[in-house]
Amino acid sequence: MFELGGIFEAIGKWLNGFLPPVWVTIISAVITGLAVLGFLSLLALFLVWWERKISAHMQQRYGPMRTGWHGVLQTIADGVKLLQKEDLMPKDADRIVYFWAPIICFGAAFMAYLVVPFGKGIIVQDLNIGILYIIAITTFTVVSLLMAGWASNNKWALLGGMRSAAQIISYEVPLSLAIVGAVMLAQTLSMNGIVSAQAGGFWHWYVFREPLGFLVYYIAATAEANRTPFDIPEAEQELVAGFNIEYSGMKFAMFFLAEFVNMFTVSAIAVTLFFGGWQPLFSFLGFIPSWVWFMGKSLVSVFVLMWFRWTYPRIRVDQLMNFAWKFLLPLAFLNIILVGFGIVVFK
Amino acid sequence: MGLAVFYILAAVILVSALFVVTLRNIFHSALMLIVCFFGVAGLYASLNADFLAAVQVLIYVGAVTILIIFAVMVTHQLSGKKIRQYNDQPVPAGLIIISLFLLFVVSLSKTGFEVVKSISSSPTVEGIGKALMTSYVLPFEVVSIVLLVALIGAIVIARKD
Repeated sequence: MFELGGIFEAIGKWLNGFLPPVWVTIISAVITGLAVLGFLSLLALFLVWWERKISAHMQQRYGPMRTGWHGVLQTIADGVKLLQKEDLMPKDADRIVYFWAPIICFGAAFMAYLVVPFGKGIIVQDLNIGILYIIAITTFTVVSLLMAGWASNNKWALLGGMRSAAQIISYEVPLSLAIVGAVMLAQTLSMNGIVSAQAGGFWHWYVFREPLGFLVYYIAATAEANRTPFDIPEAEQELVAGFNIEYSGMKFAMFFLAEFVNMFTVSAIAVTLFFGGWQPLFSFLGFIPSWVWFMGKSLVSVFVLMWFRWTYPRIRVDQLMNFAWKFLLPLAFLNIILVGFGIVVFK
Repeated sequence: MGLAVFYILAAVILVSALFVVTLRNIFHSALMLIVCFFGVAGLYASLNADFLAAVQVLIYVGAVTILIIFAVMVTHQLSGKKIRQYNDQPVPAGLIIISLFLLFVVSLSKTGFEVVKSISSSPTVEGIGKALMTSYVLPFEVVSIVLLVALIGAIVIARKD
């Protein structure tokens, strides 16, 4: 009951009844694409409001209160405002690159959801190379940030773009190596496979098998999502906003939405790889739908990321690099060695 | 269907590669290189080599091209300037290209290619991993050492003292 996986199958069967298979494939692709897009838009609206409320309460203020109950409609009002704004472009900007940067940024964030398992049977496409696909497709985020920083023809934007490229390239190495641990344990790259391998109660979750791997992943993922304490690509106080300083209106909104979507993406991957994905805490709690478990766990992780942001100060550029190469990278290698020993010893 | 996909991807690869060598803005060339590499990844994906496709994007788009763009941005003399992609020796260059092209045509026409009836859709990751760790373990380790040497070399060159 209340499992959403069945609904998609039922729609597929119903369509198959009167349409040729090619059309069914096309229609189901369009439907799932629109469903994911709608879900992500709603999610981003909610997360923006949530971040404002959390930051406000952490600083002992109320945050948005006027639009709707405790300001829930604030993001919608902001969205309407952004839609009406004039779409400015600097005079000497590189027009084509400037135009495509926000689209690629949002597209990369959106494409990652091809393999995210939202619940039992709720996955757009369970690719064999699942987790590797996500790492590959999210590299386009860096490309888009570099494009935005370069095309704006603005020193701060350029600095922001370069900082983000240096940061994301550095943190991608420990991030990928931290993922290797989970892949070794599950013996598969498929997201569904990794979730299934952690079935049967919370003590089977990989966070308890390789806590070191989770630690490295979570720190590196915070940096990948450009969140404080690793938000030097934006660094409002010194770079005024980094790569997106020249963007306004809808183009700015796309960067903004992509940032929040990326925050949810890294949380969803953390949940899938280390917290059993949509598996319940105990197997007798299985009556709660799997997608509720997945969303609950992911939102807790998003909350922790927001908590980081409003607690820690930003770290310096040189400290950032030293931390990635001299601390996280050796830890990630140590994790792989430990997991390897563990698999051999406990098998 | 498969053939149409191949022709579209081939067109994307060739056109973007042409732009890489003709565009006068080196930043645009680098972006076109990304399109080219992405097209090659698409070719791998259309042949069911999913692992190879993902690694192609990860390494070539995510690392190699980003580093190229990064180098372009750091180098002040390069960014924002129009650069001539041609030199003054079209005749020798043309001769070499034509002879190379003829060589390719001859060697391609003399090679008997094995035609596979259907592409297997089984996962490739496990097979690649096993092959790298068993029958090809020596080349694999040699490559690691070569990369390590290159890494140390770069650090030695970049050192200040």
